[in-house]
Amino acid sequence: MIPVTELTHLTIAEARDGLKAKTFSATELTQAHVDAIAKARALNAYVLETPEKALAMAKASDEKIAKGEAGALEGIPLGIKDLFCTEGVVSTAGSKILGNFNPPYESTVTRNLWNDGAVMLGKLNMDEFAMGSSNETSAFGPVVSPWRREGSNVSAGASGAIEGTHLVPGGSSGGSAAAVAAHLCLGATATDTGGSIRQPAAFTGTVGIKPTYGRVSRWGTVAFASSLDQAGPITRSVRDSAIMLRSMASPDPKDTTCVDLPVPDFEAAVSRGVKGLKIGIPKEYRIDGMSPEIEQLWHQGAEWLRAAGAEIVEVSLPHTKYALPAYYIVAPAEASSNLARYDGVRYGLRENGRDIADLYEKSRAAGFGREVKRRIMIGTYVLSAGYYDAYYVRAQKLRTLIKRDFEEVYAQGVHAILTPATPSAAFGIGEKGSGDPVEMYLNDIFTVTVNMAGLPGIAVPAGLDAQGLPLGLQLIGRAFDEETLFAAGQVIEDSAGRIRLPQAWWA
Amino acid sequence: MSVDEKTVRRIAHLARIAVTDEEVPHLQGEINAILSFVEQLNEVNVEGIEPMTSVTPMVMKKRQDGVTDGGYPEKIVQNAPATEDNFFLVPKVVE
Repeated sequence: MIPVTELTHLTIAEARDGLKAKTFSATELTQAHVDAIAKARALNAYVLETPEKALAMAKASDEKIAKGEAGALEGIPLGIKDLFCTEGVVSTAGSKILGNFNPPYESTVTRNLWNDGAVMLGKLNMDEFAMGSSNETSAFGPVVSPWRREGSNVSAGASGAIEGTHLVPGGSSGGSAAAVAAHLCLGATATDTGGSIRQPAAFTGTVGIKPTYGRVSRWGTVAFASSLDQAGPITRSVRDSAIMLRSMASPDPKDTTCVDLPVPDFEAAVSRGVKGLKIGIPKEYRIDGMSPEIEQLWHQGAEWLRAAGAEIVEVSLPHTKYALPAYYIVAPAEASSNLARYDGVRYGLRENGRDIADLYEKSRAAGFGREVKRRIMIGTYVLSAGYYDAYYVRAQKLRTLIKRDFEEVYAQGVHAILTPATPSAAFGIGEKGSGDPVEMYLNDIFTVTVNMAGLPGIAVPAGLDAQGLPLGLQLIGRAFDEETLFAAGQVIEDSAGRIRLPQAWWA
Repeated sequence: MSVDEKTVRRIAHLARIAVTDEEVPHLQGEINAILSFVEQLNEVNVEGIEPMTSVTPMVMKKRQDGVTDGGYPEKIVQNAPATEDNFFLVPKVVE
């Protein structure tokens, strides 16, 4: 029998092959993860563990494998971000207001995964309603990154609680990124509205792709900003990312913004290489005060792609600096509208009041956390009479210009764009944004442009900083050309070498 | 532009979020920090630019106008804090 730690350290591709060859069973693979999760509670990556469901699903997978009816993800244990509604399993979106919400339906993304044979290990922690970049806004407490700075004093104390100032895993998909990096699942679902897949992936040495807007159905995923939200996977390799995205994506009559395009065999694109491709380096991403380490890594990434046969060209995306401020109008505006549904009447937390307006106000005051309240209020303000044109309409015009920048670059024959994924490595808990929320928002400066333009973007680990923490590079593609991102991402992964993930110091 | 305390209270009411007296100055500071950050959008000449309405050029999907789902009110109300006979219960709205 294969040692348990080896089972949790497999990639999805390796596990798939091992299951097929009957080297181990889906039940053994799932049990190894269930045990690892139970020992890692100090990380707070899972808000809900579903071991019984996982083992039942694994048993069904073993039967299917025996009958030769295995699906594309048969027996692969995954973690599910708690933004995805799962039938009969409490789904909270990281919020107290949905603390007891038990969906009577399944999101299209998770339905697709189960149809392909995947196993659900549990629900993963996240920033409340996906609003945050550090997982500190979760109603269920922050997630502890499995990464530690070199020489750090962070440890799991005798009681099993974390001691010392730990690092954040990024957000909003912080539980997803931490669980994948800590070997608590083979892959995880995540969502990205301004960088919430790519930033935590970069912070934890994992791979995260936000597909093109419309590639993955949003049905059954709790909405934050509907014109920006897209689901995607976080995994430990580029190939795994391609495997998982193929299962997550599908046309969906239940989501009118989900495109009726066939889902390509993304895994086939992984080994395609970048020979003859033109890769753009946008000069506007060279921001003031950028750390020399990030700049060096970015340069290194371009050299790796050049060495693999790509042509590197400098490009210009002149409206880059306006993407983040425009986002902080558009996203809160959509959030204020989407979150109006939490009224204490149809579902969720309720605080009684003297009349219905008082009931609404008290329920929402008690149920939402500070960051969510702040964003709803900003959104309400920019959509209110007298300010709509000055803020919201202007931001939507900027969005047109941001998208046009990309279109002009792609029209020059550029196939993909290379940038850093984040302006820094992971930071410590409580270090950012306590006084000024904008300080936290700046984390998304390199990723948010991609959501504003609806394009696909992938973050791939590319190296470590001086403190031994992972740094990622981002590749931005043409609409519906995730395949080029997988091909180029694999070149970066091969050149950088797979990042050595942390040992289980928490167990 | 910046907001005063009175405006913060007005926004909170529009958003149907009760705020305490202690929360108002904090919210005011945070909202003003964000409004000052987005101020830079005024540098850009947006004359003649169409505001974005759809990020991917696509025709909205339509389907036959027919009943395709439903018939399970108990599922619809199963998460409601207060119900009676498959209706949502709220405080008295009409005298």
